Amino acid sequence: MNVHEYQAALLMSRHGIPVNTGEVAGTPGQAEAVAQRFGGTVAIKAQVHTGGRGKAGGIKLAHNPAEARAVAEQILGMDIRGRTVRKVLVVPGVAIAKEFYLGVVLDRSKRRVSAMASAEGGVDIEDVARERPEKIVRAIADPYLGFQAYQARAMAFELGIAADKVAGFASIAQSLYETYVREDATLAEINPLILTEAGDWLALDAKMSFDDNALARHPGIEDLRDLDEENPTELEARRAGISFVKLDGDIGCIVNGAGLAMATMDAVKLQGGKPANFLDVGGGANADQVAKAFSLVTADPNVRAILINIFGGITRGDQVALGIREALGKVAVTAPIVVRLSGTNAEIGRELLAEAGLRAVDTMDEAARQVVAASRGREA
Amino acid sequence: MSILVDKQTRLLVQGITGREGSFHTAQMVEYGTSVVAGVTPGGLGKSVAGVPVFNTVADAVAATGANASIIYVPARFAPDAIYEAVAAGIPLVVCITEAIPILDMVPVYDYVKSHGARLIGPNCPGLITPGEAKVGIMPGFIHQPGPVGLVSRSGTLTYEVVDALTRAGLGQTTAVGIGGDPIIGTSFVDVLALFEADPATEAIVMIGEIGGSDEEDAARFIVENVSKPVVGFIAGQTAPPGKRMGHAGAIISGGTGTAAEKIAALGAAGVSVADRPSAVPDLVKSAMAGVRS
Repeated sequence: MNVHEYQAALLMSRHGIPVNTGEVAGTPGQAEAVAQRFGGTVAIKAQVHTGGRGKAGGIKLAHNPAEARAVAEQILGMDIRGRTVRKVLVVPGVAIAKEFYLGVVLDRSKRRVSAMASAEGGVDIEDVARERPEKIVRAIADPYLGFQAYQARAMAFELGIAADKVAGFASIAQSLYETYVREDATLAEINPLILTEAGDWLALDAKMSFDDNALARHPGIEDLRDLDEENPTELEARRAGISFVKLDGDIGCIVNGAGLAMATMDAVKLQGGKPANFLDVGGGANADQVAKAFSLVTADPNVRAILINIFGGITRGDQVALGIREALGKVAVTAPIVVRLSGTNAEIGRELLAEAGLRAVDTMDEAARQVVAASRGREA
Repeated sequence: MSILVDKQTRLLVQGITGREGSFHTAQMVEYGTSVVAGVTPGGLGKSVAGVPVFNTVADAVAATGANASIIYVPARFAPDAIYEAVAAGIPLVVCITEAIPILDMVPVYDYVKSHGARLIGPNCPGLITPGEAKVGIMPGFIHQPGPVGLVSRSGTLTYEVVDALTRAGLGQTTAVGIGGDPIIGTSFVDVLALFEADPATEAIVMIGEIGGSDEEDAARFIVENVSKPVVGFIAGQTAPPGKRMGHAGAIISGGTGTAAEKIAALGAAGVSVADRPSAVPDLVKSAMAGVRS
């Protein structure tokens, strides 16, 4: 789960990180009022769940309240990578002496949490990692002891930070690690972390993502969810316990199992089609879940045909077929449907489906071929 | 021969009286797995599918000599269950449970390693040595004994490939589902090493997916350490970046972990990479023929 910059900044500040505290504005008038209160130059920052805000023109300076109003007017309603800006964060302008990057992530290959930092702050860290990996310094946190001060100091010295600023950096780095661990984050990032001309450390940006599997123990984080930033179908799917990801193709996919669901999308593409979604209906594929899956898939107006791919393991194929028939009694589906059913009692299952007028085949390749043809209005 | 589980496996089921635990215990017993004990705190004296239940793993091990454990407890109790099994000296722990918070797994992983135990999973279907022991939730009947070792991050996609192999007359030594989470106890590299050392395994199939770099690590390992033919398949070529595709670990983040990178890495390591699951058996056959000729 993702949150906005202003929400991440608040969390970091609660864990002791000095952040450039601002106020959120939903209208140009509010932005003007905030700028008035702060006085002097302010930065107006689009609050959307995507990177690249700066490049897209979603972050701008305003030198007086009137300009703040004008800039907010430009940014509010702006489309950044397909997302509409509904809020801006107004923060006081700061005189920057030096910019750094500081992040805490999971190092999957080491199975441990890692802190990373770079003296090349304020730019896309993925570009730095790709083009100048030597510019990034890292430290791995101990699974039991966490991220110690000496590790943070070593990073600071490696980055060439002046001796009298090292303790301040180390304290922020340790606090960021604490924020990450205590909130069950999957990412905690400050880019840029700056030294002001006055010589103080300040987080000028804040980015955090959270582990969906840990949200149950962090009700406060769940409350930060911005429904405007989420695909409504994905949200509905999550509530029903179904993994669903919206894609931009026209072939709806309903599959049991995440790996098989990905392989099914790939099979559709191999046949020249484009999947409309990823959908894992769960292992059992019972009637209620399949009915829910139908309603999720058919909510997408682009869907021209539906592929159901079920590998019946311990759940028998005849039960799956009856479930699909029952589901179709609950949800009206007009798009052509091709069912691939394999595994235990699959033959009986396919007969049951054929009786109900459904196309049922036994291999994934054949099902993908038929559904692509059906999506183009052709009989396979 | 086989790896990790066989007729000598004496299996303990943690969470045996739960819905999943009791159902799959019956399935494993029916398959012929030697399930010797179950554990549910407060469950002493009960029996599930003829298997006696104990209060603690230590009690169960003392009474039955269990040497492997499978865990079916809910996510919030699963780390504790893994610790309990390892602390009781169980050398092989298989955790089926999904949705364990990632940060819970960081110390679990370390604890298991530092105690010399092996964890399979979490969020995995388990593993099976056909005809000997089924330690998991997979449908047993699609498997058949034979020369192919299989390792996969997926569940039903594994069954799909196993089924295709069996239909093509290619049985399996052992099929291992290592799990779809970002932190799993046993990686591709670990299982590849075991298959390389197993005399009965003549060819290896590895099924990967987007996210992380375990497939790339496997590719490097194969170049230096694996003499047997390896056939691969990677799911998620059409997956968009930044979106979790069902499995917590199946996400392309920061532009890395794409299917294309993994396919390229495996290809460069001499692995025959199938473009679809149904193509795996023929690639295995030609790879095996190539070795023999």
